Amino acid sequence: MPLRFLLLFSRQGKLRLQKWFVATSEREKKKVIRDMMLLVMPRQPRTCNFLQWKDLKIVYKRYASLYFCAGLEEQDNELLALELLHRYVELLDKYFGNVCELDIIFNFEKAYFILDEFLMSGEISETSKFAVNASMEQADTLQETMEEYMNKPAY
Amino acid sequence: MSPSVALQEMIRAIRSARTQCEERGVIQRECAAIRAQFRQTDNGGRSHNLAKLLYVHMLGYPAHFGQMECVRMIASPRYSEKRVGYLGAMMLLDEKQDASLLITNSIKNDLSHSNQYVQSLALCTLACMGSAEMCRDLAPEIDRLLRSSNSYIKKKAALCAVHIVRKVRDLGELFVPSARSLLSEKNHGVLHGAVVLITELCGRSPETLERFRKTVPDLVQIMKGLVISGYSPDHDVAGVSDPFLQVRILRLLRILGRNNEAASDAMNDLLAQVATNTDSTKTVGNAVLYETVLTVLDIKSESGLRVLAVNILGRFLLNNDRNIRYIAMTSLQKIVGTDHNAVQRHRGTIVDCLKDQDASVKRRALELSLALVSASNIRSMMKELLIFLSSCPPDLRAQAASGIFNAAERYAPSKRWHIDTILHVLTTAGGDVRDETVPNLIQLITNTSELHCYTVHKLYRALLTDISQQPLVQVACWCIGEYGDLLLKGECQETEAVQATEDDVLDALEIVLQSHMSTPTTRGFALTATMKLSTRITDNVDRIRSIVSIYGSCIDVELQQRAVEYNALFKKYDHMRAAVLERMPVIQKNSLGQTNGEVSEETIKETQPGKVKQEEAAQPQQPAGQVVDLLDLLGGSQEPLAPSSLISITSSAPITATGSAGGDLLDLLGGLEPTPLTPAPAMTVYDKNGVTLTISCEQQSDSGLTVMLTASNSTDSDISSFTLQAAVPKSVQLQMKAPSRDSLPAKGAAKLTQLVVLNNPNKVNLKMRIRVSYTSLGSVVQDTVQVDSFPGISAAGL
Repeated sequence: MPLRFLLLFSRQGKLRLQKWFVATSEREKKKVIRDMMLLVMPRQPRTCNFLQWKDLKIVYKRYASLYFCAGLEEQDNELLALELLHRYVELLDKYFGNVCELDIIFNFEKAYFILDEFLMSGEISETSKFAVNASMEQADTLQETMEEYMNKPAY
Repeated sequence: MSPSVALQEMIRAIRSARTQCEERGVIQRECAAIRAQFRQTDNGGRSHNLAKLLYVHMLGYPAHFGQMECVRMIASPRYSEKRVGYLGAMMLLDEKQDASLLITNSIKNDLSHSNQYVQSLALCTLACMGSAEMCRDLAPEIDRLLRSSNSYIKKKAALCAVHIVRKVRDLGELFVPSARSLLSEKNHGVLHGAVVLITELCGRSPETLERFRKTVPDLVQIMKGLVISGYSPDHDVAGVSDPFLQVRILRLLRILGRNNEAASDAMNDLLAQVATNTDSTKTVGNAVLYETVLTVLDIKSESGLRVLAVNILGRFLLNNDRNIRYIAMTSLQKIVGTDHNAVQRHRGTIVDCLKDQDASVKRRALELSLALVSASNIRSMMKELLIFLSSCPPDLRAQAASGIFNAAERYAPSKRWHIDTILHVLTTAGGDVRDETVPNLIQLITNTSELHCYTVHKLYRALLTDISQQPLVQVACWCIGEYGDLLLKGECQETEAVQATEDDVLDALEIVLQSHMSTPTTRGFALTATMKLSTRITDNVDRIRSIVSIYGSCIDVELQQRAVEYNALFKKYDHMRAAVLERMPVIQKNSLGQTNGEVSEETIKETQPGKVKQEEAAQPQQPAGQVVDLLDLLGGSQEPLAPSSLISITSSAPITATGSAGGDLLDLLGGLEPTPLTPAPAMTVYDKNGVTLTISCEQQSDSGLTVMLTASNSTDSDISSFTLQAAVPKSVQLQMKAPSRDSLPAKGAAKLTQLVVLNNPNKVNLKMRIRVSYTSLGSVVQDTVQVDSFPGISAAGL
């Protein structure tokens, strides 16, 4: 399904990750982010995960302190989008080991790399759970040099 | 210079800033350091700096100075720098930036890199922010990669091709052969990419769609494999094998099977199998089932399968999970037009969903309920809808109210029920109804003469309870004014009568007049009602006079004008008062629910206080509104109309200006007949002082009409400077061509013709007012004539 955008933001309204799959101007991006936060954050816990916003379907899911929010087009399958968000969370979890919001804050570029392995052009590029993590590991090995090793804080 | 802190240190520093100001300070320092570092040559820490900049960008601060650095990093041989460089490109560069063109070459080189991860970076970036030019440049490369032997690259190339096709439609042709061959892959990622690419190609071009229809058997085969196959840990999600791929294949099958018998037949078995075998306890199974249902309903499936699909939706409706109920209602909304009876079976559940807590579910339930209202279930549905209206969230109120009105208008089992329903809505949600509700209701009431007594008693009671809902108060005032005598008689068959004295009624109206909650419109209604009562009651006429004269000095101009005129009616024209204020005639019932939108622009005119002319035989006139309409078009410098008696009665019922605009329904039916194109016979519209004017019409198209005006002079003297002017109702477009001559010789020696082209897109009742002006025997003569019916146009036509 072509996603239009994928946003992660905290419960206090701080943006943690934004991925846009269609060309959007800066102003438009800011507006969408603001609208999504206004739409999603006041929602009660056990309500429907789907919303209608302009001509897009919005699917959101809250994981701990983060809201994962995706914008879909009219003919897309919302239930599958929920599965997609869940799969992304699982990938993050596998990579970081018991992922929490801090991991995504301090390693945001890694979160982006994982997302780019998983989705492309707004579609899923790899449906296998293990393949994405395997690719990430290999890519990371390429990157690992002495200086990176020295600069990584141990915590 | 001082070394800047590493990325994570910086993040920590920003997060520990306690105020916005402190944070800005930290970020400014860091940005300055980053800028300085960018200017320096390679020092090994470049990727860190760019990463820091990207973090700052995500917080919302400007980061455009990093664009060139991205370009440089992408060109670097180091993988770590390329990685961050490409990420920066995706975040900071878009097609509008000039710098994006600079990376085209780097991407091209990286697409042929020996390392697949570098290739994938390039592919990913191109798919994210590739502009049309870049796509055109690099499309052949992508096609080559689609044929490579590396599945990792193939799947990414497929999705990159999807982006290219979305950006530049024509390049789709390039990818068709490779896409076709990719379908025989085993790798799920590649298969998925291939299916997406084919979906995109078919969506863009119907010829490609035809060509890909041949792949239906292959797709069915793949799907069967997925459904029947055993557990595969790699792709399994809660018991369903690779749901993402399954859903994509189903979507493609839907596109291929639409409007095509053969393809749909080939899929029937498969769809039945998927529908029955998929486990529906978890969301993922339901996702696949949902897609299956959508596919079944969209292709030419056999009826058994359709029934199965609707039943699955029915099962969804009963599911506890709100998400599933929501999507079930969304899908049912799509098919309520075609499979109405099937959806009706689930009406009970849908109506129950109206009571759900969740706003999204409520909205869907409301739309679906309104679509399900029919003549047989109107009473029960309306009960539910009214209950819903009293407790619904404010943003849904307007929609609910207008939906209820539409439904009531179409399926009302009895007039009394209709009036009751409208009154109920006005009392619960009066503030959210549309403006034309008031005139519609008044029209309905006047049409139901047997219920006048009942209505006025009910309204009076409602008025006594609550005067905050303006539409209700307006209707109530109008009715009390009109049917005040029935109210005061104190007896009513249908409902318990209100025992009111004249003073009570006048008190009620006065309260409305004086209340702060009443809008000026409402007060206008109340004042007129008070005035009308002066002929319907016997004792308190003086009280009415005093009320009316008080408002003669009111600040509101509208009220003041009315009051002054009513005063005049009391003082100078008392003999006419009874006739002026007698009962309104029945208003033409002419607007249907569906045509409300387009009719409203010409129908709703706020009442104009009329000028009481001296020598008039007072008769309330309906066409008053129309005349006002045409007058507007003739402009301000016209002399007052010739002595046709016109009083627009200051009644509070805005009269629909175009008399029978809702011959609209007839128009819809009439428009289906071929309109005759034969020229129509001429009709004489004006014949005075020897000057004759005839018109003949010819219908050119559905909404176009040409009218030929012909003038001739049968007097003994010549006529010079003969001009014709024409005016038509507002929505009709008029174009007058040049006349053939401008003088009429005596004794009909020559005729003058002028062509008028009309365009009537809204199909309103066509009328034309023609002004004739000429000079004869030295004096200027002007005259006006109105043409109400045009010869040669069928009644159901224009």
